[in-house]
Amino acid sequence: MNTVFLKNYPAPPFDTKEILRYAGVKEVTPEINALLFDCLQEVEGVFSYRVCYREFPVSIVGDVVDLSFAKTKSCDLAKNLAGTDSFVLFAATVGVGLDRLVFRYSKISPARSLLLSAIGAERIEALCNSFNQELTAEKKAQGLFTRPRFSPGYGDLSLELQKEIISVLDCNRKIGLSLNDSLLMSPVKSVTAIIGTGTCDIKKTGQSCQVCRKTDCEFRRIK
Amino acid sequence: MKITDYLKSNIVYLDGGMGTLLQEQGLRPGELPETWNLSHPDVITKIHREYFDAGSNVVSTNTFGANLLKFSHMELSSIIKAAVENARRAADESSGTQKKWVALDIGPSGRMLAPYGDFDFEDAVSLFAETVKIGVACGVDLILIETMNDSYETKAALLAAKENSDLPVFVSNAYSADGKLMTGASPAAMVAMLEGMGADAIGVNCSLGPKALLPIVDEYLAYASIPVLVKPNAGLPKAVNGKTVYDVLPNEFSTDLSLMIMKGVTICGGCCGTTPDYIRALTEKTSVLAPKPVKEKNITLVSSYTHAVTFGKKPVLIGERINPTGKKRFKEALKNNEIDYILKEGISQQEKGVDILDVNVGLPEIDEVLMLKTAVCELQAVTDLPLQIDTSNITAMEAALRRYNGKPLINSVNGKKDSMDAVFPLVKKYGGVVVALTLDETGIPKTANERVEIAERILVEASKYGIASKNIIFDPLALTISADDTAGIETLKAVRMIKTLLDCHTSLGVSNVSFGLPRREVINSTFFALALGYGLSAAIMNPYSDDMMKAYYAFLALNGLDPNCSEYIEFAESLPQVDMSKAAVTVKEKVDDASELQNAIIKGLKEVSAKVTEDLLKTDKPLDIIQNEIIPALDAVGIGYEEKRVYLPQLLMSAEAAKSAFEVIKSHLPEAASPDKCPFVISTVKGDIHDIGKNIVKLLLENYGFSVIDLGRDVPPETVVCEVEKHHAPMAGLSALMTTTVPAMEETIKLLHEKTPWCKVIVGGAVLNQEYANSIHADFYAKDAMETVRIAEDIYKNL
Repeated sequence: MNTVFLKNYPAPPFDTKEILRYAGVKEVTPEINALLFDCLQEVEGVFSYRVCYREFPVSIVGDVVDLSFAKTKSCDLAKNLAGTDSFVLFAATVGVGLDRLVFRYSKISPARSLLLSAIGAERIEALCNSFNQELTAEKKAQGLFTRPRFSPGYGDLSLELQKEIISVLDCNRKIGLSLNDSLLMSPVKSVTAIIGTGTCDIKKTGQSCQVCRKTDCEFRRIK
Repeated sequence: MKITDYLKSNIVYLDGGMGTLLQEQGLRPGELPETWNLSHPDVITKIHREYFDAGSNVVSTNTFGANLLKFSHMELSSIIKAAVENARRAADESSGTQKKWVALDIGPSGRMLAPYGDFDFEDAVSLFAETVKIGVACGVDLILIETMNDSYETKAALLAAKENSDLPVFVSNAYSADGKLMTGASPAAMVAMLEGMGADAIGVNCSLGPKALLPIVDEYLAYASIPVLVKPNAGLPKAVNGKTVYDVLPNEFSTDLSLMIMKGVTICGGCCGTTPDYIRALTEKTSVLAPKPVKEKNITLVSSYTHAVTFGKKPVLIGERINPTGKKRFKEALKNNEIDYILKEGISQQEKGVDILDVNVGLPEIDEVLMLKTAVCELQAVTDLPLQIDTSNITAMEAALRRYNGKPLINSVNGKKDSMDAVFPLVKKYGGVVVALTLDETGIPKTANERVEIAERILVEASKYGIASKNIIFDPLALTISADDTAGIETLKAVRMIKTLLDCHTSLGVSNVSFGLPRREVINSTFFALALGYGLSAAIMNPYSDDMMKAYYAFLALNGLDPNCSEYIEFAESLPQVDMSKAAVTVKEKVDDASELQNAIIKGLKEVSAKVTEDLLKTDKPLDIIQNEIIPALDAVGIGYEEKRVYLPQLLMSAEAAKSAFEVIKSHLPEAASPDKCPFVISTVKGDIHDIGKNIVKLLLENYGFSVIDLGRDVPPETVVCEVEKHHAPMAGLSALMTTTVPAMEETIKLLHEKTPWCKVIVGGAVLNQEYANSIHADFYAKDAMETVRIAEDIYKNL
């Protein structure tokens, strides 16, 4: 399959708990709640939910993973893709509209800027989840299993891989996503990831936090 | 024959997709298609030839991504040269007898322009310029800028094409399913900007199939006075039995495009998924159609990077508050380079409902060229309103016009020869709508007739530059009635005459009319309403004035411009209620509650904090309020945060509330009596555009009395050093979020220690910890904003 496919999604339901978690809030005060409500109103119509993706065969020798469009050395990815024969590479973004709002309020209200940014984080995760669930269901119907999604920067997978990913998925053209010199994505709330597929199911490797070595992270979901 | 001449009486057929065909021929994933011009010239020539055989008048060279980001200069030259040769050979070898041209194809750079990415606008212009220069030297017939999904990058490419060639330039944008560019521009906004800048044809390609593009094409046809082009995809790709197929076939494709030609499209072809079969079907099916003549639309538009504002429908409000004239605080802000202050003026005027922001930052003691350019760039990052670039400094005007992302209003030109000689070339090149003042070498004439005569002369002169009358808005100048009692009525008459006799739009700065009179708002708002009645199209005004807004909303409702009076009702409900008894009670409560300000800050109530501070200032000294009210409240919140009882958003809300209290105090302090401790230079390091953390630190430092010099994000080490030197800052804060940008932080620290050894460097950001900070030789690591404050206070104490 040599084509990059494109999907537009409707807005997934908002998860305010998750938004507050990203904003570092553990207990909600009426003032924060009011601000959050205000922010949620403000982001109406700001997001677009776009994903582009393409499927590739994969082969692994030791810790070298041949992704067809690039070869990369990564123990963690090799482990994640072990026993798979292909993977879906995808890039997702919720658009540049939020970057604008966050930038705008960084000048006049950092509190609002922070909450808007947290909403963006929740949105892009929700979008990735929608895509992931759909793919998993689709593969399941074909008798295949999917692995937890894996992004550059997870574990020992180099961020450098972003260059090849953005290029091979034609991200700029398909979903308006580009990379800057320091490998940051614009729009900021974007994700690229690999989802391995294969005939054998493996025990769930759980949350992606497991491969992360930053064990003192405030947002870590597993201890 | 030039293609622009041919276009006057013929439909021009472009080619179809290239990428999909190359993949079928064996182009590997990740391989750059442009290299095939050299490695597989026969394949490329064959594809071009098949398009010519199918009836294309224009084929585009296989140079979509040919630029210096992907190739060295030598590679780029040989690739473009080979690409043009391949296309030329195809034209020679083709059996088609139609007219044939070769277009230099230019696609997006693949990089996002600043401020949302890190690619500088001028770098983008230079990048495209190099491709253009090589293409022109290779003898292409025209330039096709295509698949652009960002308006700013489109502007950079068109500017590069215009500055480096005399060839016709066609510009085509890629729209998303929501009918906007990926970065938000509407079709009307793109028409305004691109037509203004002198594109020879404009239109749409890629993303969608022909049916889905139809509404976008309709909008182009409604606004454009130049030829419109369309190059749709063959619908959307689908996977069928492991093969990719597009869901619109040649027959349907060509039928849809026939319809568009009948509506007025004169240039058409295909994009992704289309093949020579699609073009053949198209040329055959439409061979009987004659192109619809392109008509001048006479619609006056200005635009931002998201939308266009039309003159002549509803009166256009131009906010006048970004202007230092007569404003002490604004002058202060300009001198101190407080860009944020200017941005706040912009944002709050937008919240009051203006359509356009006037931007005037002229002050004798500052570098206006740099300041106007900066103000325009920063404003267009935080507001989507079109801007009116207001300056008499021609160099500043050009710097701002160049960087402006859209079609701006330009304020102003006048009937003096010098003025027109200087301003009109810029209007022509950058494509704005210019405000023309009806005065000349002899001054401002007294009567409406004489002012209209000047307007006529201005129109004649403008037409010599090719500037259409729709791109000129006249300001017939309001003079004060206290000096001449006919001043008001003559101006009103001029407004009407310009509209009826010259068919042009007008704009007025209304407030001059009341100069020297008491209760000026009464005269101003009435004059405003009268002028609107006389047909005024736009006003430069103060949107904070309730009287002006009352006149505006009442005018809309009374003139049938406000369906169901809904805008008026919403406005009326927002007006403050006059209830004396209630006001008295509030005042009494305040007297009883001494720590109200502290409470307001702790709760994060911005407006209340400002109001209470205002009241406190009647009884307390400014510095006492800071010491006894604001600082204790901030400390309480800060300790709560450190003890994890208070969360980050609350901390910030309190900090914002404290800041609003400070602003009130500042405005009551005598000049030079600044309570600031010492300068603190802060920035996000080069390559990093995350600045939420940095902004939080900045806010808290300001709260604690540091004079923060914020250099923004993606800041080169040299700039940091330069600012630390300039202010002799005893401390600097650096922020980085990504592992990939920590080297830039290390470099900045090294340079600071070398050039400004007195300055202590505090670092922070998600990837850092104490150990990491030590390894890059930072003086301090701060885990959060509160800790930065503590460290800064310590350094300050030991100075």
